Amino acid sequence: MALRDQACVSGIGETAYMRGSSKTAFELQIEASLAAINDAGIHPSDIDGVIPIGIVSGIAEDFVDNFGIRDLRYSALIPHGGASPVMALQAAATVLATGVCRHVLITFGRNVSAGSNKAGARIHNMPQFHYVTEFEHPLGNSAPAQIYAPMARRHMELYGTTVEHFGAVAVACREHALLNGNAIMSKPITLEDHRNSRMIADPFRLLDCSLESDGGAAVVVSAADVAADCRHRRVFISGVAVGHPDSPASITQRPDMTSLGIGKAAPRAFTMAGVTPADIQVAEIYDCFTYAVIRQIEDMGFCEKGEGGPFVADGRLRLGGALPTNTHGGLLSQAHVWGLNHIVELVRQLRGDGGRAQVAGAELGLVTGYGDLGDGALAIMRRG
Amino acid sequence: MTETVTKPEPPESALSAPYWQGLRDGRLLLQACGACGTLRHYPRLLCSACFSDAVSWRQASGHGHVHSWTVAHHAFHVGFRDELPYTLVTVDLAEGPRALGRWRGATPRIGLAVKAILRQADAAAVELWFEPDGEA
Repeated sequence: MALRDQACVSGIGETAYMRGSSKTAFELQIEASLAAINDAGIHPSDIDGVIPIGIVSGIAEDFVDNFGIRDLRYSALIPHGGASPVMALQAAATVLATGVCRHVLITFGRNVSAGSNKAGARIHNMPQFHYVTEFEHPLGNSAPAQIYAPMARRHMELYGTTVEHFGAVAVACREHALLNGNAIMSKPITLEDHRNSRMIADPFRLLDCSLESDGGAAVVVSAADVAADCRHRRVFISGVAVGHPDSPASITQRPDMTSLGIGKAAPRAFTMAGVTPADIQVAEIYDCFTYAVIRQIEDMGFCEKGEGGPFVADGRLRLGGALPTNTHGGLLSQAHVWGLNHIVELVRQLRGDGGRAQVAGAELGLVTGYGDLGDGALAIMRRG
Repeated sequence: MTETVTKPEPPESALSAPYWQGLRDGRLLLQACGACGTLRHYPRLLCSACFSDAVSWRQASGHGHVHSWTVAHHAFHVGFRDELPYTLVTVDLAEGPRALGRWRGATPRIGLAVKAILRQADAAAVELWFEPDGEA
């Protein structure tokens, strides 16, 4: 297990999350990146690897220019939507474990309020959606809510998953967002509010859907020995893996529409870390839609396939529950920055800096990424 | 002022042109590997079973069963605003591949037998729709 505990997240940074930001995506990305670099206690020019997430903000060269990086040794573009940040942790751990780099910056910024950059239009510029764009968009299958809805519908019909199960995820995330000063949503919700929210794409209601939001987030990942000299206690990447569903670019052609890439990644990550789901004390699970959390919990082995609905009910995901999840509010109630905020939050928890949302004594946790049409990634981290 | 609202058009490619021409001719065509015969959908360059790039096109019967479905209540593209709510259905075709289409009929359910309809949407475009097959 060559990657186990070879790299640490040494710095975390976020901008304020909001709607209608006056800053460009790149400005937001730079702001978050500087915060993460400062948090690590290093200088911008110490960065020798850059993984910009997505293609909506700056590229590696922009960081060379702005940060005065004299010897950039690694950069990569990981084109898997919301799975990309956790996939980037795997790439960073690999180049840090092999001595290619000392400090890798993973960085993202977005401004979706600007122009016509809305969910229904944006994805059709992304190459991974080309089948959807050619064969489904002309029929009115345009946005992720519609594209993912049949997966959720099938799960409901095959396994008896209910609206209340979806609601349990939404309510847990919202409760946690209320403890977070940097969350867009600040009003409590109940299961009834969820059930009564307007239908977007059956079975997804408004409160099943993540937030369109503006902001930036970044982390610095450092080689384990180098991280020992950084500002904070170390948070080790103990296990990390990625996986893609069969027929990754076309949900319609997938043998099992309800199976995600994380089902392949999870056994690899748990084996690398030498732990099991029962050992996990806090989870930050990519929540583009409530249903995605339920499915990932099943695919990671926290319960049997089809049991994800009952698993999330009865407060298990809430603080004080058996698997406190999305302690920052998640994409559903904090902000949607492609899940880099999930990584930031896990590090905060494992440092013991979770504030009012701190999971008492959290030493081992996980973060997932879910991208595009079901690409997945999982990182298991522990406090040093 | 009259506002012209258009739907997104399929970005046809050389690879997919026979599929779209098939719809215009009233036929639902699936790509078949020219070497081993494996059927596939949507159109792509290689057969993932034998990696041949030889292609022939085979007409699907149009019969199948509902795999899943959703009802759109929000228009993510302005071209569909006047059609809300509308149902999208994913169908396991009798020949094997799965197809996505619009839906005509009462609320679908998984496993329901369906048949394809090719519907002339405007002068240029033909859309793939499905409806219940036999008694519904």
